[in-house]
Amino acid sequence: MTTTLERPAAPPPASPNTTSSRSARTEGWVRRAPLLPALVFTIVVTQIPFLLTLWYSLQSWNLVRPGSQHFVWFQNYVAVFADSQFRTVALNTIVMTLGSVLIAVVLGLLLALLLDRHFIGRGVVRTLLVTPFLITPVAAALLWKTTLLDPTYGLINFVLGGQTFDWVSQFPLASVMAALVWQWTPFMMLLLLAGLQSMPGDQVEAARVDGAGAWSIFVELTLPHLRRFLELGIVLGAIYLVNTFDAVYMITQGGPGTASANLPFYIYQRAFLGFDIGQSAAMGVVVVILTIIVATFALRLVFRSFGAAGGES
Amino acid sequence: MAATIEDTATTTSTAARAEGPRRRSGIGPLLLTTLTWIVAVGFFFPVLWMVLTAFKTEAAAYTDPPTLVFTPTLEQFRAVFDAGIGPYLANSLFATVVSTLLVLVLATPAAFAVSLRPVEKTQDVLFFFISTKMLPVVAAIVPIYVVVNEIGALDNIWTLIVLYTAMNLPIAVWMMRSFFLEVPKELLEAASIDGASLGRTLREVVLPIISPGIFATALICVIFAWNEFFFAVNLTAANAGTVPVFLVGFISSEGLYWARLSAAATLAALPVVLAGWFAQNKLVQGLSFGAVK
Repeated sequence: MTTTLERPAAPPPASPNTTSSRSARTEGWVRRAPLLPALVFTIVVTQIPFLLTLWYSLQSWNLVRPGSQHFVWFQNYVAVFADSQFRTVALNTIVMTLGSVLIAVVLGLLLALLLDRHFIGRGVVRTLLVTPFLITPVAAALLWKTTLLDPTYGLINFVLGGQTFDWVSQFPLASVMAALVWQWTPFMMLLLLAGLQSMPGDQVEAARVDGAGAWSIFVELTLPHLRRFLELGIVLGAIYLVNTFDAVYMITQGGPGTASANLPFYIYQRAFLGFDIGQSAAMGVVVVILTIIVATFALRLVFRSFGAAGGES
Repeated sequence: MAATIEDTATTTSTAARAEGPRRRSGIGPLLLTTLTWIVAVGFFFPVLWMVLTAFKTEAAAYTDPPTLVFTPTLEQFRAVFDAGIGPYLANSLFATVVSTLLVLVLATPAAFAVSLRPVEKTQDVLFFFISTKMLPVVAAIVPIYVVVNEIGALDNIWTLIVLYTAMNLPIAVWMMRSFFLEVPKELLEAASIDGASLGRTLREVVLPIISPGIFATALICVIFAWNEFFFAVNLTAANAGTVPVFLVGFISSEGLYWARLSAAATLAALPVVLAGWFAQNKLVQGLSFGAVK
């Protein structure tokens, strides 16, 4: 790809050496130019805030007390790690992210298997199944909190035989996760369906001719083929869901206490309700470090998947 | 690819039907199809319920057992507009459209640079773009708030536009890169042999091929920008608030306003659901940064 494209762009051989090296340099900038606006914009808008977060995290700074800003080195970090609520919330974040992602992957796999057949109305079924993923998360969370999980008039209790169980206050974390799973299962389904449809049909056919049953075909052919897609689904789901804010904010406000708060919500509380800039910045940095650990793994996976998906890399 | 799979499916089912002893598979697919439909309708039902409730009176929204048959009314939609959802819808529309256009303007040349005319360190640049999507937004919100406050840009729609552009740009670059890579090299070579200028090649050869890709990328950006809540709730209020911010009003009023809430939620969700239905084939490609087609 690279070589074929570079050939026509090479400087004409007739030109003298000095001009050619200068034009090669110009050519380099001409090639880079289209990239620069996007790159500069992204660096300014996304990287400067992170540098500022680092800087703020080393200061004691509360917006309620103007002039209180001063440098305290790592005191905020010490405070963050001594904060037992922070640990609860970090644990909630892990449970919420991994729990929702794994449940969504399993459900998504089942749905993808159901859809990977030829049947009447397949397109309609797929469209119906995709819809929860598209609903504005804030609206989806409102629906779950009210029309679905309400103790008296909620559909869930009606379906379960007219009981009046208060899901949101009894199982706040699970209630939030229910909304997340409902929204993310369609994504996993689409991803895994793409995986199933990229499976070589003749392999399955050959196995079937050899007398392999549906289950052994699934375990020995389908699952290994889907592995890459399953990994990708888990990693991407985790990246998006670790930032969950809407559902927590709308359904439980993190409560009762911090029972259903995750890190984004807790940092939001500290920053915008407690006005503690220093500590919320320090928590932000901790989250970034945790995310970098996951993301290094994720990036490698995305790159590998992309290479395998037929692009050059 | 899909065609071959469907082919095998049909041949096997006809083969199975032809064999006497495996008659079970005649009813099996029917059962599976029924099951699939039941599950799909079940998954979709909360959405349907939202739309139905939006057309009810408040009294009909609170019944046990839930009301299925009722006289539809537009009363709730009227109430939602009276409550002032209009400006919020306008803000959402403005922020979504402008940020998406900005993303396209910035991402198209960038994607071109990293795909069709790769420069040195292309890989690093791509790596950088994707890594910005992996850093949690919450870690940036504090300085963003402080800076935005300092320059007096709180509750200003352009603040959201800048942030939404940055939020969607990496996805767009990656997605468009995967579309650019699908342009056949032979076409480009032919154009350059014919002596077509770069501009003309782009306009007349590349653009027609990737325009469906640009459209899909735009739809993905629209979905994300329209649904965004975290920046909107922290940086805007009455002036520049978007639809999700309007919906927050319904959690503070714990009163019985489900029908009105459903009408507002329906209005909020509708544009994106429509965009997403059109873009459903490209959703995964967008969200997986082009890794899955």
